Amino acid sequence: MITIDVDMNKCQHYGQCVFEAPSVFKLNNDDKLEFTATADDSERSNVEAAIDVCPMQAITIVE
Amino acid sequence: MSHPVVIVGASMGGLRMAEALRRFGYTGAITVIGDEPYAPYNRPPLSKEVLAETVSHEAVAFEQRDSTADVNWMFGTRVQATDLEHAVVTDVNGDVHPYSALVVATGLRSKRLTVPNGELRGRHAVRTLDDAIALRRELVPGARVVIVGAGFIGCEVAATARKLGCDVTIVAPGTHPMQRPLGTELAAEMQRRHEAQGVTFRMKTAVTDLVGTLAVDGVALDDGTTIPCDVLVEAIGSHDNTEWLEGNDLDLATGVRTTNDLRAVKSTGEVWDNVFVIGDLARFPNPIFDNECRRIEHWNIPTETAKRAAQVFTGNAQGDFRPIPSFWTDQYDNHLLAYGVLSLADEVKLIDGEISGDCVFGYYRDGDMVGVCGIGMRSVVQRYRANFV
Repeated sequence: MITIDVDMNKCQHYGQCVFEAPSVFKLNNDDKLEFTATADDSERSNVEAAIDVCPMQAITIVE
Repeated sequence: MSHPVVIVGASMGGLRMAEALRRFGYTGAITVIGDEPYAPYNRPPLSKEVLAETVSHEAVAFEQRDSTADVNWMFGTRVQATDLEHAVVTDVNGDVHPYSALVVATGLRSKRLTVPNGELRGRHAVRTLDDAIALRRELVPGARVVIVGAGFIGCEVAATARKLGCDVTIVAPGTHPMQRPLGTELAAEMQRRHEAQGVTFRMKTAVTDLVGTLAVDGVALDDGTTIPCDVLVEAIGSHDNTEWLEGNDLDLATGVRTTNDLRAVKSTGEVWDNVFVIGDLARFPNPIFDNECRRIEHWNIPTETAKRAAQVFTGNAQGDFRPIPSFWTDQYDNHLLAYGVLSLADEVKLIDGEISGDCVFGYYRDGDMVGVCGIGMRSVVQRYRANFV
């Protein structure tokens, strides 16, 4: 399992992460980011791609 | 021992290239040479959040990953020239760096005003961390800020400066701010929103000279008027950092022409197998839209092009390279998000929401959607993104 953290003070809800790791990140009906705090190891490369495309660099994998 | 991959440019593109080479299995040596004194950092906050707070490298630095710990980072080193026939680059100290593959990631630098009385303090650009540190110091309540240029950067600085209590005037040649990408209707609406926040626009106007003896005191315009100015922000576009590539028969007309695989192309049409161009400088065909080579100066492109170039270099590329251009801008409470290449459109229309509130515009060429842009309504904008996949 991997643990995912999003710094919600940085996050501006651009939703770019949604397309890289759709099983982890989504925008809700109010256009706010929601994410699952843990994911299977197989999601690691998708979450890393989401980290790269986050304009605010708000996402981390907690090691 | 074979020569390293040499990446010239140590901003986001150079960093992502080094990371992607490791991710796709390249284990050889990597050298990254950049002229700024800082490790790679994220630029967008420099005209927005960071400019409103204390500016520091720590606040915007990219995380250094373990995979690139053995990369040879050379900061504060400008590359002077390259000889592609002999596969070497020469830096400003005269040191010669042979390469097995070269990655061009030198990007752009700010264009500055050329005026007779130009040797004055108080002139600012907005591109580098040092620019932002210098500008932040002068954005104090009551400061009279004149921004030349009404593109995204100029408008973001205007919004930030208003929040900090500055008096803000924008001077630009167009009819409305951000008109070329956004189209007339949305651009006019954004102008209204800026005016409602107290920004003064002097559109269809150009700067002819500056007034002042040691520091900028005023800005002279081509309509004969002069506006008072303590802080001048020059947001008038950029120059390509491609001088170091001259003399190699590359097509440097705008950026560097490449194949869809991001390999540099000679003016004869011949392709350099071991020379890749990424980021703002890459002028490549994107089959999403057509076969025309275009640059895409959006934040997501350095990362996308670095990944692709690394895949090509390591033999992991599949299919065509079809990156979806994406940009966003925040001005006051207006959060704009866009996909596609809006400037290709011959028709722009409101497709959701109300122009006075949150809204979404569609951009069409010959009836096909080439772009979508919304103020707010991100979920709706994101649904239209599927049109470009």
